Amino acid sequence: MELYSEIILDYFKNPVNKGIITEPSGTCTEHNPLCGDKIRVDLVLDKKGNVSEAKFSGEGCAISQAATSMLTEKLIGKTPAQIKKIDNEEIYKMLNIPISPGRVKCALLGLVTAKKAAILASPRKPAKK
Amino acid sequence: MFDPKKLKKDFPIFSRKINDKSLVYLDNASTSQKPKSVINALTNYYETFNSNTHRGIHTMSEEATAAYEDTREHVMKFINANLPKEIIFTRNTTEAINLVAYSWGEENIKSGDEIIVSAIEHHSNLVPWQELCRRKNATLKIIPIKTDLTLDLAAYEKLLSKKTKLVSITAMSNVLGYMPDLNKIIKSAHKVGSLVLVDGAQSVAHMKADVKKLDCDFLAFSSHKMLGPTGVGVLYGKFEILSNMNPFMFGGDMVKSVEQHKAYWNDLPWKFEAGTPNIADVIAFDAALTYLDKIGLENIHKYDQQLLKYAVGKFSKYEKDGVSLILPKSDTSSILSFSIKGIHPHDIAQIFNDEGVAIRSGYHCSQPLIEHLNLSSTARMSFYFYNTEADIDRAEIALKRTLKIFKS
Repeated sequence: MELYSEIILDYFKNPVNKGIITEPSGTCTEHNPLCGDKIRVDLVLDKKGNVSEAKFSGEGCAISQAATSMLTEKLIGKTPAQIKKIDNEEIYKMLNIPISPGRVKCALLGLVTAKKAAILASPRKPAKK
Repeated sequence: MFDPKKLKKDFPIFSRKINDKSLVYLDNASTSQKPKSVINALTNYYETFNSNTHRGIHTMSEEATAAYEDTREHVMKFINANLPKEIIFTRNTTEAINLVAYSWGEENIKSGDEIIVSAIEHHSNLVPWQELCRRKNATLKIIPIKTDLTLDLAAYEKLLSKKTKLVSITAMSNVLGYMPDLNKIIKSAHKVGSLVLVDGAQSVAHMKADVKKLDCDFLAFSSHKMLGPTGVGVLYGKFEILSNMNPFMFGGDMVKSVEQHKAYWNDLPWKFEAGTPNIADVIAFDAALTYLDKIGLENIHKYDQQLLKYAVGKFSKYEKDGVSLILPKSDTSSILSFSIKGIHPHDIAQIFNDEGVAIRSGYHCSQPLIEHLNLSSTARMSFYFYNTEADIDRAEIALKRTLKIFKS
């Protein structure tokens, strides 16, 4: 199985949900000190407390960028409690490539960041008139 | 006769395949490979005279003690020190530097004093001094790096003053391969009465370290980057300075006599070697030094230049594809760091590994330098005498494949 599968390379070269949300309900930035990766995840919760928008930004290798991009798609519609429950296996399954021990942190950096952003998120209050 | 292809045969690891391809090892700045003679020395110790040093009367203990102390004498000759007692065995370069920070630093650094390091230091020659300065309310000053990636020695001269108590500087950057002008740096430091510690972790494997000629006060280096086993470091210190330093690790072996409430320190160098030392690895380190003596460090230094030139020639062809070489203007050796626009160094190293080529990627334990270069991390090839131009050709194949995967 190829590490740099077409899907991974496609998400890396044309990332989905890449960008910044100016007024997020929750945001978090995490570093991977080993390789210098830095990922920020911004979430918007709707009135019911479900994620209505998720974006990521920062720098990283193809694996961490693609994994985070794919993950942001999965976050839509989930509650923070559901996001907290996403386990590592789910990420490996989503990526569908062989993750060696050295690349575990790359694969999971987005998930760690998204979970922290979810914990910090509070439902968006209706805009004041 | 210096013949890298022939020398490579002394290293059993090169029969190894990585991803069905013969191993090309270009991560020598992290650690070197080990020749059969070093591996044999380890086995020989464990199989024929394994016992503790400086304790027993029995034959094997005497043999182990003699072999351990033989290595000390060999190290002394290797770096041209005056006395065996100027050689202290530690775990690694980091521990050797920490020994100076805790022992000499605790007693000699006072509030308001200054310590100088450079902008290209490995974390191991930066963090111990940050911490010492914090404990003592002293100031850490940094020799800046110029845009041509060499150190600004004019700025260094201005940093020096009566307040300077220590200059701690690398002899070879593990990211840039750059070798600062130590003669000049040490002379200027001594003029203001400062001591100088040289971090030789990279350099001692590649060029002759002569502590008498350099006149450095301390030199720290590691066995594992110069063919020897892991777990052995060396601190050289001038006799007068080491004599006046107190131990910072206490226990067995470092004492002459112990009363219930007080102890008396052993002589140099043992007062700094508390507990059972790394006997097997120190003994095998001797075999590494013998191997290096046989090849000659002058030959290694010359060959380093040849390999680096060849690699620069090959890799600079790809500048149009976004490949940037991180290469100081002058005084470089054995290391070539590079980056590729739009491709993370982890991905570069991964594809190189697919091709059987081992390189390093990341911060290289030099985060301030990498950030100063405005990079999030870099890829690094580092050479040793058993590498050949054919190895660099293999790296070029890996580079082409990386570009193909990510740029097409």
